[in-house]
Amino acid sequence: MKHIQTVNQPTLQLTKNSGGCGECQASCQSACKTSCTVGNQVCESKK
Amino acid sequence: MNREMQKKIHKFVQNGMYILLDINSGAVHVIDEMIYDIMDYFDGKNDAEVTVLLAGKYPEAELQEALSELHALMELQQLFAPDIDVPPTFKQQGLVKSLCLMIAQDCNLRCRYCFGDGGSYGQARAVMSPETGCKAVDFLIEASGPRKHCEMDFFGGEPLMNMQTVKAVTEYVRRREKETGKEFKLTLTTNGMLLNEENIQWLNDNEFSLVLSLDGRREIHDAMRPDVGGRGSYDRAVKNFRSCLESRRGGEYDYRGVYTYLRGTYTKNNLDFTKDVLSMNDAGFDILSMEPVVLKDSPLGFTEADLPRISAEYDRLTEAYLKRHREGRGFFFFHFNMDLSNGPCVAKRLSGCGAGHEYFAVAENGDLYPCHQFVGREKYRLGSLDEGVTDKKWPQYFRESHVLNKGKCRDCWARFFCSGGCHANADLFHGDIRQPYEVGCEIQKKRLECAIAVQAVLKLEK
Repeated sequence: MKHIQTVNQPTLQLTKNSGGCGECQASCQSACKTSCTVGNQVCESKK
Repeated sequence: MNREMQKKIHKFVQNGMYILLDINSGAVHVIDEMIYDIMDYFDGKNDAEVTVLLAGKYPEAELQEALSELHALMELQQLFAPDIDVPPTFKQQGLVKSLCLMIAQDCNLRCRYCFGDGGSYGQARAVMSPETGCKAVDFLIEASGPRKHCEMDFFGGEPLMNMQTVKAVTEYVRRREKETGKEFKLTLTTNGMLLNEENIQWLNDNEFSLVLSLDGRREIHDAMRPDVGGRGSYDRAVKNFRSCLESRRGGEYDYRGVYTYLRGTYTKNNLDFTKDVLSMNDAGFDILSMEPVVLKDSPLGFTEADLPRISAEYDRLTEAYLKRHREGRGFFFFHFNMDLSNGPCVAKRLSGCGAGHEYFAVAENGDLYPCHQFVGREKYRLGSLDEGVTDKKWPQYFRESHVLNKGKCRDCWARFFCSGGCHANADLFHGDIRQPYEVGCEIQKKRLECAIAVQAVLKLEK
């Protein structure tokens, strides 16, 4: 494409009916634990 | 045009780049200025209207070409992707998989911004007994049911003030792992004052991830983090952190997800916090985090009036981060770390931090709270290790307090990245975990824009 460069292979729609195994790391947002929010995480099953 | 479609995208300019995020797919597109302008009006079906509206600025042929590219993205479900509802795999009740142990509700520092009242959390200074700590291990093994991975964070106050319990609990964890097949990840957060050769070796041998607190420049750190006697703690902290990091170099400890990073806090005193991040890097540390303080009615805390300066500072930090990366001396900055293609599933993005339903804190006396920040906020006491969870309403309420159930989050573009913010902060400012702390939200959104831009740059420059 000339006007658009897509930088990722998004997966959100692929997991709207799946996932939820819960094996991933807790993601405390409190500053004292570095606000590890979900946006900073990787799916445990894809590591 | 259909204004509803605007709620499905977020567009922004960061570090000179035009970026379009498709909220419900997570697709990130670097776009040109024409597409940026088109997205003020485009709703997927109104090409003719858009062409008329922008005819004075762009040639029609160019507009047609750009619109056809946007339709191609729609075909791929990377633009205006359908709204996301609660997935069927998001279970009604959470399984507790993570505990924060208040190993010592006491501290050897008196940080001026401490949310835990100098470690005591508004209660008498006390330390957790080995028996209570081991009971917490059993509680977690049972509460986590079929889940293999469990997490335990040794926290305080300053947990190294109670090494006896840290050691006893760790030995018990390793024994119970063998008996149950569970896999525990252990983390310890420390101010570094009591780190020495012996306990560093012990923490390494026992595969602890470490969170080390340093606020950047010496003068900033010393002003904010004095010891009980009022002396600055920078020199002692840096010396001990260097010894610790040095002992971990070489990848030997880089297994089972063991990590070591430095985290700092910025306040109204250092709104030029890029200098603090770079100072930490210059001091020899390269896995870093820098956090905004969260304080209500304090001269160190932030208000909406501070947001423009904070936002501009994140722009500076982004530039500095990319500059060092391009010079081959890049560092890891926690909040710019983002895997846009392999992020968590929707269920995880809803469960968020898990406080109160997947994650509890255990006070030194064995009382259970939704997380470490709620310790001492008595209306949130959930039960105890001896009684179990006696308050059933809070875990359910926390479970259901996800972004699709919170008015201010439901339409926010950042909802699937931040998962609704910190409940403890919401409670602090509004007395209601479903009313997010607005200043924190604005900082989070700015930080996310920077992170997305950083990831885009790294991808495109690869």
